[in-house]
Amino acid sequence: MAAPAFAPHAPEEHEALIEVSGLERTFMVGDEPLTVLRGVDFTIPRGAYVAIIGPSGSGKSTLMYQLGCLDTPSAGTVRLAGYDIGSLDDAELAALRNRFIGFVFQAFNLLPRTTAVDNVALPLRYAGVGLRERRRRAREALGRVALSHREDHTPERLSGGERQRVAIARAIVTEPALLLCDEPTGNLDQKVGREIVELFERLNDELGVTVIIVTHDPALARRVRRVIKIVDGRLVHDGPPTADL
Amino acid sequence: MLDHILSALQALTANKVRSALTMLGVIIGVLAVTLLVSVGDGARAYIDKTLSGIGTNLLIVQPGRRETRGLGGPPTGNISRPLTMDDVTALKRQGTLLRDVSPIVAGGGAVRFENRQRDSTVFGVGAGFSDLRNMHVDVGSFIREEDLTARRRVAVVGRTVAKALFGNDSPLGRTVRISDGRFRIVGILEKKGTSLGFDLDDLVFIPATTASDLFHQDFLSQILTAARNKAEVQQAILQIEEVLARRRNGENEVTVQSQDDLIGVLGTVTSAMTAALLAIASVSLLVGGIGIMNIMLVSVRERTREIGVRRALGATRHDILLQFLIEALVLATVGGLIGLGIGGGLIAAVNSAAPDVPLKLSPWIATIAFGASFAVGIASGVVPARRAAQLDPVDALRYE
Repeated sequence: MAAPAFAPHAPEEHEALIEVSGLERTFMVGDEPLTVLRGVDFTIPRGAYVAIIGPSGSGKSTLMYQLGCLDTPSAGTVRLAGYDIGSLDDAELAALRNRFIGFVFQAFNLLPRTTAVDNVALPLRYAGVGLRERRRRAREALGRVALSHREDHTPERLSGGERQRVAIARAIVTEPALLLCDEPTGNLDQKVGREIVELFERLNDELGVTVIIVTHDPALARRVRRVIKIVDGRLVHDGPPTADL
Repeated sequence: MLDHILSALQALTANKVRSALTMLGVIIGVLAVTLLVSVGDGARAYIDKTLSGIGTNLLIVQPGRRETRGLGGPPTGNISRPLTMDDVTALKRQGTLLRDVSPIVAGGGAVRFENRQRDSTVFGVGAGFSDLRNMHVDVGSFIREEDLTARRRVAVVGRTVAKALFGNDSPLGRTVRISDGRFRIVGILEKKGTSLGFDLDDLVFIPATTASDLFHQDFLSQILTAARNKAEVQQAILQIEEVLARRRNGENEVTVQSQDDLIGVLGTVTSAMTAALLAIASVSLLVGGIGIMNIMLVSVRERTREIGVRRALGATRHDILLQFLIEALVLATVGGLIGLGIGGGLIAAVNSAAPDVPLKLSPWIATIAFGASFAVGIASGVVPARRAAQLDPVDALRYE
């Protein structure tokens, strides 16, 4: 596979990793326009550790898809490492996701009947990395999440916590600038959830990767340094966690 | 590309039963194409070989004029002047381009010896018939020219006739009754086997002149002759027409068919048959293709979430399109190869068990069958693959 035609520059060249300004997102539901985000502004510097919270239906998922370059604004701008995502086409957005973002989902979303190492290596395939090198880097990433002994296990034979750690290894295998985590502890019990959160904190410390966790779990939100709260499509809080979250 | 094929194989082996059942449609389709077309092709090769074996550059003169050449009985229409022995004599004298000339009087009748009887085809022929038609005696002698002149009551019989009437005894010199005449057997034909469903050993030859007397038939059914060489076939036909027209006040009242005409006509028939068989087989291949399309559409729906995840990890629409297209292609071509393998195996088995059955697998059939399965893969994969590629990544990720 050829390398993507669109080759983003290194994220270090831009200090603010994410700049959101005047972000609006409107969907058409039938013939009726439905505005989900109504003018959101914030900036996230490199290396930050942030939680995005809000009740369901608040628009926090829509915001997450914008930050993940899976969707583009109806109005306003979202800049990732300086790139205005509204001006990029499908292939460019795909390259941006591949290069800068690691996704961690609530439901893990590993490929069934596929070994841990092959699951972790998948994003590297879309980066045009050769098979041998993909496997090597995938094993390295599994080592970072302490799963080297499960390399050849398929997801069906792994526990929930192990599956989420494989998913995290898949997210960091491309050495992204941003880990975007959607309810990462939602499907895990409390003890395992805490271990996963501690893993995020360690990756944030050790690798300097920016971590954004989208959650409605107050306990999780209290552990971060900065909370962005969205209610009804508007930003209502941006700062250290408060008692009334 | 190798990556795409490997991941397609991975996806397909992940659901072995479904992949195998889907493939079965293409396997059966390609098997049908391979077998049926091989039957048609084998039949054509067999007919070619058989017709080439009956002689070289043969020409058949029939009474009556017919504008188009082809198979069929004697031409209808106004047969004012039938073929006679005098025509044979004229052709022998003036037909400088002809190798040999033999009259043919066709008849039939019971051939009897003591209380045994066989209904065989009886032909009145000339001495030249033996060489022209590659039918030789291996015991005794064939009909000779003086047998015709003297209207002798002699006969040459085929193996089947000999066996039926005399068992293991030698028929040579014995006297049989044909119709209401008594004939002495002077020769036995070498074994020829069956050709185009016709037993070439169930024949009796007598002098053409004697046959006219016997069947109360003054005229010849046909005149058999041959061009000296292949290059002169057309000139030989013209010469025959010219010689015979001269004896008919300049009127051309005969039809001359060449061996190549026969082969050509039968070739057209078998080609049409092969095409018809191919069309029938294609229907089953089409059904196989629809099966693949159906399963791929189901698969795209089931794996919507996976498509969303792949898009999130950096797959472009193009990557997703290729992924599903190649899965369909792998299903179809692997199915095609299996079908071809089974077909080839069956044909090889038939060939070794029954060498007489005209069945053969030509490289062009294999190529067509494989090419067709490839085309089926593309055709059945495009729609599901496009559907997969056009999914919105957010919708795909949210899909339950």
